[in-house]
Amino acid sequence: MSLTIGVPREIFPGEKRVAAVPEVVEKLIKLGFAVCVESGAGAAANFSDEAYQAAGAGIAGSAVELVGRSDIIFKVRAPTPEEIALMKPGSTLVSFIWPAQNPQLMQQLADRKLTVLAMDSVPRVSRAQKMDALSSMANIAGYRAVIEAAHHFGRFFTGQITAAGKVPPAKVFVIGAGVAGLAALGAAVGLGAIVRANDTRPEVADQVKSMGAEFVPVDYQEEGTGVGGYAKLMSEGFQKAQLETFAKQAKDVDIIITTALIPGKPAPKLITAEMVKSMRPGSVIVDLAAEQGGNCELTVPGEVVVREGVTIIGYTDLPSRLSKQASTLYATNLLRLTEELCKTKDGLINVNFDDEVLRGATVIKAGEVTWPPPPPRLSVAPAQAKPAAAPATPAKKSGHGHGAGEPASGRSLAAIFGVGALLFWLVGAFAPASFLAHFTVFVLACFIGYMVIWNVTPSLHTPLMSVTNAISSIIAVGALIQVAPPLGEGTAGRPGALILALAVAALTLTAINMFGGFAVTRRMLAMFRK
Amino acid sequence: MSANLATVAYIAATILFILSLGGLSNPESSRRGNLFGIVGMTIAVLATVLGPRVTAAGIPWIVGALAVGGTIGLYAARKVQMTQMPELVALMHSLVGLAACIVGFASYVDTSIVFTGAEKAIHEIEIYVGILIGAVTFSGSVIAFGKLSGKIGGKPMLLPARHWLNLAALLGVIWFGVQLLHAHDIDAGLVSLAVMTALALLFGVHMVMAIGGADMPVVVSMLNSYSGWAAAATGFMLANDLLIVTGALVGSSGAILSYIMCRAMNRNFISVIAGGFGTGGGAVPAAAGAQPAGEVTAISAAETAEMLRAAKNVIIVPGYGMAVAQAQHTVYEITKLLREKGVNVRFGIHPVAGRMPGHMNVLLAEAKVPYDIVHEMDEVNDDFPQTDVSMVIGANDIVNPAAEDDPSSPIAGMPVLQVWKSKTSIVMKRSMASGYAGVDNPLFYKENNRMLFGDAKKTLDEVLADLKA
Repeated sequence: MSLTIGVPREIFPGEKRVAAVPEVVEKLIKLGFAVCVESGAGAAANFSDEAYQAAGAGIAGSAVELVGRSDIIFKVRAPTPEEIALMKPGSTLVSFIWPAQNPQLMQQLADRKLTVLAMDSVPRVSRAQKMDALSSMANIAGYRAVIEAAHHFGRFFTGQITAAGKVPPAKVFVIGAGVAGLAALGAAVGLGAIVRANDTRPEVADQVKSMGAEFVPVDYQEEGTGVGGYAKLMSEGFQKAQLETFAKQAKDVDIIITTALIPGKPAPKLITAEMVKSMRPGSVIVDLAAEQGGNCELTVPGEVVVREGVTIIGYTDLPSRLSKQASTLYATNLLRLTEELCKTKDGLINVNFDDEVLRGATVIKAGEVTWPPPPPRLSVAPAQAKPAAAPATPAKKSGHGHGAGEPASGRSLAAIFGVGALLFWLVGAFAPASFLAHFTVFVLACFIGYMVIWNVTPSLHTPLMSVTNAISSIIAVGALIQVAPPLGEGTAGRPGALILALAVAALTLTAINMFGGFAVTRRMLAMFRK
Repeated sequence: MSANLATVAYIAATILFILSLGGLSNPESSRRGNLFGIVGMTIAVLATVLGPRVTAAGIPWIVGALAVGGTIGLYAARKVQMTQMPELVALMHSLVGLAACIVGFASYVDTSIVFTGAEKAIHEIEIYVGILIGAVTFSGSVIAFGKLSGKIGGKPMLLPARHWLNLAALLGVIWFGVQLLHAHDIDAGLVSLAVMTALALLFGVHMVMAIGGADMPVVVSMLNSYSGWAAAATGFMLANDLLIVTGALVGSSGAILSYIMCRAMNRNFISVIAGGFGTGGGAVPAAAGAQPAGEVTAISAAETAEMLRAAKNVIIVPGYGMAVAQAQHTVYEITKLLREKGVNVRFGIHPVAGRMPGHMNVLLAEAKVPYDIVHEMDEVNDDFPQTDVSMVIGANDIVNPAAEDDPSSPIAGMPVLQVWKSKTSIVMKRSMASGYAGVDNPLFYKENNRMLFGDAKKTLDEVLADLKA
């Protein structure tokens, strides 16, 4: 008996996202689930009921009907008490929960004997990136932040020289180079602005530069990487130096986008009222941390305000403002999580606590609060420095003999020359003169071959082999002179017939090689073209 | 034709052979290079036949042998598929080896040339060495042919105490060589020669059997080198400078190719010849120690087409799997389509991709891929960070990041194509099986990697259809 996944309409005011899109519905059905969508659930994100039906979903007329039919509920926003009351005891809920901020909600969910997977609690390990809804949403928020800033900013982003005069490029300063910060960097660079960024974690400087922005360091020594790739709270001395850096930037730039968050804590106040005052009139601040209190002292969460001539945008619903994109990404994250829950693809789920990711995401299991999970294992970021440096040394020692591509060391060179000298001495001391003539030719030919072959381009290595193969059938000459040599005196015992037979056989073999080798080389080379 | 004229003709032939190899330095001059080779060979054969060492009585035999052999050779050259080139080349090497053996024996039983003292000893050593190299080349090439054509399994066959066996064979060869020098008449000498030939044949079989499939490019070029040395040894035996020069040219060419191949795998030539992949570190600890964590993300042909369409820079990395599936023509169709749409598609070729040096280049050339978008590893490796999609078609070890990151890996230090540095890499494979080296590939588990499972030809056909749609 497979389970039914229900997707209700989001009732939070202004929420335009939906937890499943038709494309994902199709894949959920392939996993063995039945899917039911509340009528109008996708309307705000431009997904019609018909589109869901076409993907194979059932349509429920009301939330009551939908929740009654569903064993698993996919949502974006955490449910209200009314919504919780509708849910079947024992059913499963997947949505954003923020358990640390919402103890009351957790209690209600637990009382209802639900199993709850919080998308905000998915551990930030590499394997779980595909279900990391926070990153998906942060990415959108960062992009949208730039768009909102551009909307409220009275000038071009890109510098231009027009017939009507010169337009300087806008300067954008991004605080916090996490997913949202990097997305904002990318969008602002794309619009042609001069972009700078700061982050307490020094290892993101490269990422910032790779996006085409400039990294502004704080002149103070302290490592800011916390567990799970998040930033941690910094010391007082650092904070002071940081504020000085920001104050300097505030005077210079036109747009500030702040994305600084520390998990489980109110957002740090990084932009003071004084800094706002020092900014040029018409400047814009977009505060992506508004929901957690804001990085700017003057932010009003959820609103756009103008203070000291500076527009401060404190929207808390930036992802929702790009509802179609946000829904698609969020739904895909949910699908990836569902794949983890349903490895058997039979429409049943298994909340496996041995799985680090599922363990982390599950905040309530069958009415029992299982949050917070045991601490996550260290993320890759701080560990990376060591393995990157390590291989260089052992790679050389690992014992594959002569180092590839390096010039031979003095000692081995001396050894080669020594052996060579000994060989030459042996040849010179014992071999007859007729041999020496041939030997000279042989050694010189080896060197000519050596010089010539290094010039051959690697793409022609196969033709080279087939042509050298064809040329090595020069051995035919050896067979030729054995076929019927002019015989002198005193060769009575010569087994002429045997030699003839052997020579003809050898000649036939080499002829195959000679003709075949050249012909196949010709065929190959004819194919190489520009 | 007088002896002097014949000698001058030989010099001309030698020069033409050198020009022929020199011509291969780039594809434009290569066709002329091949022509030089043909002309050189014709001059050499004609000069010999018309020269003082061949009487008119032999001409019908010679013409007959050349006609029979030539017909077979031309037929084979016409019929062979480009994916079978490694087999054909290996088979041809075996013919040279066998011919060198036969010429050696014929020379030994020939009593028309009489030497004395040191000259006699040198002559006999020359014969002996010529037959030795010829026999090793012959049996080694036959086994290589068997392995390349799949008639013999690709796994290295490792006999216990194989190094001791080889050493014993070597000592045996030396001992019988001494016996030959002390032989009083031809029949006694023939026994020594025959025993040594048997030993050499066994040694050739053993040597190639012990070498794994991934080391095949080294083996093929090494046998190429041997066939040259066999010709050179025959030249010493018959006191013929043309044979010596040409043999030396071919021999050093093969030796350099082997060296290049070894360097491309970061392996010592001796350890390749000694056989078995990863004999230094042992294959077992690697499997247990460096099990990559995480899981693979599979995608469909349609999604692949979507990614390719959205990409600006694409690098295709072909491997032996493309050759097996005969997918090179579809690869070209996709390349053409994408390039028409303005996507910068290039190819990155690892030196040891495939089963012989330059194997991939020949296949791509057959499919009419222009050679100026086919690049060597070093030319494209720095470009991966700017690449949107890298497609790995039927390759494994040559894109294994463990070679760079994991010092305990059996392939540690081998230069690889850094596809994982591109934004997304797509690996086309039949299954999750490991490559010839038997090493698991952490690339498959990287977040930016996608797996496209299935037969390369079939899947690429689907991708092509989706791209056209």
